[in-house]
Amino acid sequence: MTSGRAASGPDAAPLALHLADLSKTFGGQKALDQVALEVRQGEVHGLLGQNGSGKSTLIKVLAGFHPPDPGSRLHICGTEVPLPLAPGAFRHYRMSFVHQHLGLIPSLTVVENLLIGRLAGGHAWAINWAAERRLARARFERYGIDIDPGAAVSTLPPVQRALLAIVRAAGEMSDGSGEGNGLLILDEPTPFLPKQDVQQLFRLMRSIVATGASAIFVSHDVDEVMDITDRATILRDGRVAALLDSKTASRQDFVEAIVGRRLAASVPPAPQPRGPEHVSIRGLTGGGVRDFTLVAGACEIIGLTGLIGSGYDDVCHLLYGSRRAESGTLAMGGRRIALPAVTPRSAIAEGIVLIPGDRANSGVIGMLPVSDNVTMPVLGSVFRAWMLDRGGMVSRARDIGKTFEVRPADPTLPMSALSGGNQQKVVLGKWFQQKPRLILLDEPTQGVDIGARQTVFHHIRAAAAEGAVVLCASSDYEQLAALCARVLIFSAGEVVASLEGAEISKEAIAEACLGSAEGKMAYVPAA
Amino acid sequence: MSQPLDAAAAPGGRPRQGRLVLRLEQFGLIIVWLLLIALFGALRPSTFLTWPNLSTILGSQAVLVVITLGLIIPLTANDFDLSIAFIMTLSSMTVAVLNVNLGVGIGWAILAALAVGVVVGLINGLLITIFRIHSLIITLGVGTFIHGLTLWISDSMTISGVSPILMNAVIVNRLFGIPLEFYYAIALACLISYLLDYTALGRRILFVGRGRDVARLSGINTDRVRVACLVVSGFLGALAGVLYAGTQGAADPVSGVSYQLPAFAAAFLGSTSIVPGRFNPWGSTVAVYFLVTGITGLVFLGFSSFIQEMWYGGALVVAVTLSQLVRGRQEQQF
Repeated sequence: MTSGRAASGPDAAPLALHLADLSKTFGGQKALDQVALEVRQGEVHGLLGQNGSGKSTLIKVLAGFHPPDPGSRLHICGTEVPLPLAPGAFRHYRMSFVHQHLGLIPSLTVVENLLIGRLAGGHAWAINWAAERRLARARFERYGIDIDPGAAVSTLPPVQRALLAIVRAAGEMSDGSGEGNGLLILDEPTPFLPKQDVQQLFRLMRSIVATGASAIFVSHDVDEVMDITDRATILRDGRVAALLDSKTASRQDFVEAIVGRRLAASVPPAPQPRGPEHVSIRGLTGGGVRDFTLVAGACEIIGLTGLIGSGYDDVCHLLYGSRRAESGTLAMGGRRIALPAVTPRSAIAEGIVLIPGDRANSGVIGMLPVSDNVTMPVLGSVFRAWMLDRGGMVSRARDIGKTFEVRPADPTLPMSALSGGNQQKVVLGKWFQQKPRLILLDEPTQGVDIGARQTVFHHIRAAAAEGAVVLCASSDYEQLAALCARVLIFSAGEVVASLEGAEISKEAIAEACLGSAEGKMAYVPAA
Repeated sequence: MSQPLDAAAAPGGRPRQGRLVLRLEQFGLIIVWLLLIALFGALRPSTFLTWPNLSTILGSQAVLVVITLGLIIPLTANDFDLSIAFIMTLSSMTVAVLNVNLGVGIGWAILAALAVGVVVGLINGLLITIFRIHSLIITLGVGTFIHGLTLWISDSMTISGVSPILMNAVIVNRLFGIPLEFYYAIALACLISYLLDYTALGRRILFVGRGRDVARLSGINTDRVRVACLVVSGFLGALAGVLYAGTQGAADPVSGVSYQLPAFAAAFLGSTSIVPGRFNPWGSTVAVYFLVTGITGLVFLGFSSFIQEMWYGGALVVAVTLSQLVRGRQEQQF
């Protein structure tokens, strides 16, 4: 494990950013402990770590949101900068941030969003919108991006929104008056993007860095960090666990540094005995899906994937009734259900559950305690003799929390106090407590750290082993390869390929998806 | 979307707070209320701190308690009912018109008034859920519309002479010196406390209010819950109207509207106490009596009626600010 120092010989250019001995204490607990971060000019530097490792605290120190403990030091381009930074002072030092939520206003146009920063501080009396649109178009062209400056941001696909936010940040970065070529800080911009779109984002980052600027790329995703970064600093429990050279370090080095223990190398899909026919879907049409047919045996975990817009991500919502199907039937346990009439309520009654991908808006209620979140679908059963058994709700939530390894193990905490991974464990517990027969997963490990990811996998496998059929819609090929015994690849609303058993690997799925986009893949009936 | 590190860096506050702070937050309003009574009592011992005065405060403001209790139900489901005071006015006028002008028996008149409230609530709920329009707009429009209706059926005049049976049951008969309507309001608070805290429906209302999409995906029929809440607030608005007609022995077409703002002030102020961060019936009840005590005391000190507007308006702003502080560690949604 290299925990070496950056080359900073006399001939080397000064570091774009050099944090040393950075500590931050919250109420007696060290969130950051003597952390060093060195970003060279023209470098993309990864910042990795599990939830709670201190990544965000570090970013917030740079943003001037948290004052660090005394003794922390910051150099930018070789010049010492006094800490703490005032909020907003980062602009002066040519830093600029892109957060996960991008900071765009969806109902406004692209140009208006580009100008937010300038209009916030400036004194513009007469804005020449035609000229601003021309400027915006020129900026996009320089980076090879095709976005209409007059379009409302809400009409753009997610990846274009992310690109827009980064272009805006790059612009603001070069507006500053400080030294150097600028430092772009991307705080987890990718988890909500389909994997294949992330490459577009990386192309943009490379062309920005090519101008001499530097970037810090904060992520959960080891593969992305290995792909885009030159070096990466890995935090664990508020300390630097490793400084790795991304081109030479192995995936295992990264994972070990992040987790601090050696994970079993990518678990091969457990042999899944395909039970008797359990679920059969016929002629499902609606949303982006056309005439989808599937016969699944009990205990089967089936992956659904494809490129963005191929429709794979609609299947779960159509089956659950959260998006309306136009036609199709679902047969399960001797019952036939007309899919256009399904509502989430009737789906639950049939033993169907959906774990939604958009956790913050559709999965959990952050303001309410964990116990309330867990008992939401089973309120009837905690209602005894005229009274909700509230003690029972909490103890039930505590049991579920124990089974699903939720930390911290206090069900009275508000959901928002939990990390993404732990929230997702609660969501699994909420839905698995009633032994569902058909489990619909929509990107089940988005924004979930690597340790929690294994727990999530474990519980999905366990639910399948008890006889449920699991459909997992995801663009995370590695996850599909780890979980599924069968992966269906969608293109233009139809299944165009099916991988089974030993054929399944991350690469094979990626190939099949890309192949299907080029129309080379022969149509293979799903069932 | 977690923002996981936020949680690690600045945990949600509550668990780390001392027990004392929590208790202060919970019972702060009651303490301030008692201090207010003590203050006015010290300044005007011979008039303010007398049993007749206190029992008048408790009795006469039951109408406001009922309206406030009606409001917190849709508020819990994250819907505003701005029509509630207009429903109250229409309801009291319905009682008066039927009973006095048309000679209908008081029992039937009351039933008709309550039915009117239910119908208006249903109209509110259906318009909001079917057309997906914000409740503020619909209830403001419907409320203003039915206010016009009230003026029409009453010819814009006060109608007095409501059956003494109603008056006896509401304000004349007393238990421990306090008019019966006070006990009706307390009984209603018990009922709503049970509904919101101890029934599955109450939890569903809370889920719908705090995470509509999550609730929908968890199999809760969110539209039905929202309509039900507005029907209940319509019904309770009408009940307040019946009590109002009983308190006054008459119905007038405008003065009921002055209950709107105090009710909102009390609902928000109430959400800062007893169960801080949630609209709750006991907090609301305490808040009503706190506000009314303040008004009564200020009038005893010699302020004229302008103080009422300043007090209630100021209280609403302070209440919302406080409830923002109480819930402020999290994103504010009403």
